[in-house]
Amino acid sequence: MTTTGAVVEKSVAGADARVAEPTAPRVRWFRRLLRNRNVIVGATMFLVFLLAALLAGQISTHVPTRLNPPQRLKPPSAANFLGTDEFGRDVYSLVVHGSRVSLLVGGVTMLFTSLGGTLIGLVAGYYRRLDLVVMRFMDGLMAFPAIILAIAFMAARGPGVWNVILALSLVYMPRTALLVRSTVLSLRELDYVAAARALGRRDLAVAVRHILPNCLAPLLVQGTFIFAYAVLAEAILGFLGVGVPPYVPSWGNVIASGKNVIREAFWVSLFPGITLTVAGLSLNLLGDGLRDTLDPRLRGSVGTGTGRQGA
Amino acid sequence: MTAYLIRRLLAVIPVMAVVVTVVFLLIHLIPGDPVAVMLGPEATPAQIEGTRAALGLDRPLLEQLLLFYKRILRGDLGRSYFLDRPVTQALWERAEPTLVLMTASLLVAVLIGVPSGIVAGANQGSWWDRLLMLGALLGVCVPGFWLSLNFIYLFAVRLGWLPAAGYASILTDPWAAVRYMVLPAVSLGFNQSALIARIARSCMVEVLQQDYIRTARSKGLSQRTVAYVHGFRNALVPVVTVVGITMAILIGGAVVTEIVFNIPGMGRLIISAILRRDYPVVQGVVLVTAATYVLINLAVDMVYAFIDPRIRYD
Repeated sequence: MTTTGAVVEKSVAGADARVAEPTAPRVRWFRRLLRNRNVIVGATMFLVFLLAALLAGQISTHVPTRLNPPQRLKPPSAANFLGTDEFGRDVYSLVVHGSRVSLLVGGVTMLFTSLGGTLIGLVAGYYRRLDLVVMRFMDGLMAFPAIILAIAFMAARGPGVWNVILALSLVYMPRTALLVRSTVLSLRELDYVAAARALGRRDLAVAVRHILPNCLAPLLVQGTFIFAYAVLAEAILGFLGVGVPPYVPSWGNVIASGKNVIREAFWVSLFPGITLTVAGLSLNLLGDGLRDTLDPRLRGSVGTGTGRQGA
Repeated sequence: MTAYLIRRLLAVIPVMAVVVTVVFLLIHLIPGDPVAVMLGPEATPAQIEGTRAALGLDRPLLEQLLLFYKRILRGDLGRSYFLDRPVTQALWERAEPTLVLMTASLLVAVLIGVPSGIVAGANQGSWWDRLLMLGALLGVCVPGFWLSLNFIYLFAVRLGWLPAAGYASILTDPWAAVRYMVLPAVSLGFNQSALIARIARSCMVEVLQQDYIRTARSKGLSQRTVAYVHGFRNALVPVVTVVGITMAILIGGAVVTEIVFNIPGMGRLIISAILRRDYPVVQGVVLVTAATYVLINLAVDMVYAFIDPRIRYD
C-alpha cells in the first residue's frame, strides 16, 4: 500500500510520478511476497491448474466427451487413470478439461466483479447523493443467500457458461462495491486528495490518479477470494443441473453424474471433488498470503474469515 | 436502546423493497417471451395471450411492479400451475424438512466449531492450535455437497450404518428422522464449523490480550481458569454474530444438501420448479429465503445490541 501512496503523493507535489517512481518499496513487497509460505504454496498449486487448463488437449488421454458404453464404470487402471463414468467417458480427461470451465468462470467473474464493483464503489463513495440509492440497492442484493440468487438467475436465463459468469458476477459484485466504497470514503478526507482537488483536478482525474491506486491491494485480495467462491459456486450450480450444460465437461457436472452411480463407482465423484477442493485451497492460501503481505489491516474484513459466501 | 431498535427495524424496509423488486424482475430476465417459455412449445397463441393477461404481463412494467408489491403485501405469492395450489401452501408444505435440516446443521457447526476455536485460541501456537486450524482451513475449502457424497459412500453404501438418502418427519417417527438427518446435518454443518472455529479462535486470541485478563492472571489465577472462565465469555460475543451469519449461509447450503440426500424441502422444490418452468414457485422460494435471511440478520443485530451495549451508541 505504501508503494502507491508514495507515488501519488509525489505526483501531487508536481513531480512526474512515472519518472520519479520509487521502485524500492515495490521490490521489498515482492520479496516479502516470495517469503510468504501461503503465497508460494497457493501460487504453485494454482499454476498447476492453469497449466492443466491450457494444455488440456495435450495432457488428457481421451476425448472427454466421447461416449464409450462398453467401457462404462471401469475402476481406475492404466488405460483410464481415474476410471470411467456411466457413459464410459474417461474421468481423468473430464477432470482435466473441467479445469477450463472452472478457471474461465472464476477468472472472468473476478474480472467482472472487480471492474463493476470498482465503478459502483467509486461513484457511491464520491457522490454522496447517489451513494444512498446505490448502496440500498447493493444491500438488497446482498440480502439474498448467494447461491439462491445465482440459482434464480440461472432459472430465468437458462444453462450456459456466460450465464453462470453473469449470475456469479451479479452475486459477488456488491461485496466488491462495498469494499471500494469504504476505501474511497476513508481516502477522500485525506490531505493529498484534498490538495489534488484544491489544485482544480476534476473528479475523474482525482478518482483515477489518486484514489484508484489505493484500492488495488484490497481489490486484488478480494478478487482472489471471489475467484475461489466462483469456482465453488460454478461447481454447485453444475451439480444442481442449472450451471453449464450437462454435456460440457465441468467438475460440478462430473460430480453430479457420479452421484447417480455412487454405489457402483465412487471414483467418478471422488476425483473431481478432490481437484475442486485443492483448487479452492490454493486460492484461499493465495488470498490469505496476499492479504498478509499487502495489507494486514484487511484481516477480518476480507476473506474466508467473513463468511463462506460461496455456499 | 429503543431508538437503535427502531432504526434497525426501519432499515429492513428498503432492503425488502429491493428484494421484492429483484424477485419481480426475474420473470423479465427470461430471454424471449416469458409466457411462451412457461407454457412450452405446444401452447396456442390464444392460450399464451390468456395467460399473459392473467399474469398481468401485458401491462406497463411499472404498473406490473406496483401490482406485484400489492400482492406480496397481501401475502399472495401467486399460484403454481404444476402443483395446482397457491405458492404459499406449497412453501408451507416444504418448510419443515428445510428448517429441521438447518437447525440440526447449526447445532453440529456450533458443537464442533466453538470448542475447537476456543481451545486453539487459548493455546495459540501449540500443536493443537496448528492441527485444529489446518482442519478448519480444509473445512472451509471442502465443498459440502461433495463431502455429502463421500459420507453416503462410506457410511451408507460401505458400512451400512445410516440410510443413504430420504427423510422422515420428526413428528411421526423421531428415531427414523434422526437416522436420516445425521449425514445431511454433519456434512452441511462441517463447513460452517470451520468458519466458526476460525472466528472463535481469533476472538479468543484478542480477548486474552486485554487488560482485565492480565489483572486476573496477576491475581494468581491459573492460566486455565483465566482462559476458560474469563476469556471464554467475552470471546462468545462476536461468535453470536457468526452463528447468525452461519444460519443465513445454511439457507443456501440446505438447497444443495437436500438435492444430495433427496430431502423434500424448499431446495428440492426450487430445483424441480426450475425444470418445470414453474416460475411463481421459483419466485416464492427466492423471496422467502431472502426474507428469512433478512430477518435472521435483524435478530442477530438485536441480540448483539443487547449483549454489547457499545453497539447501540454507534
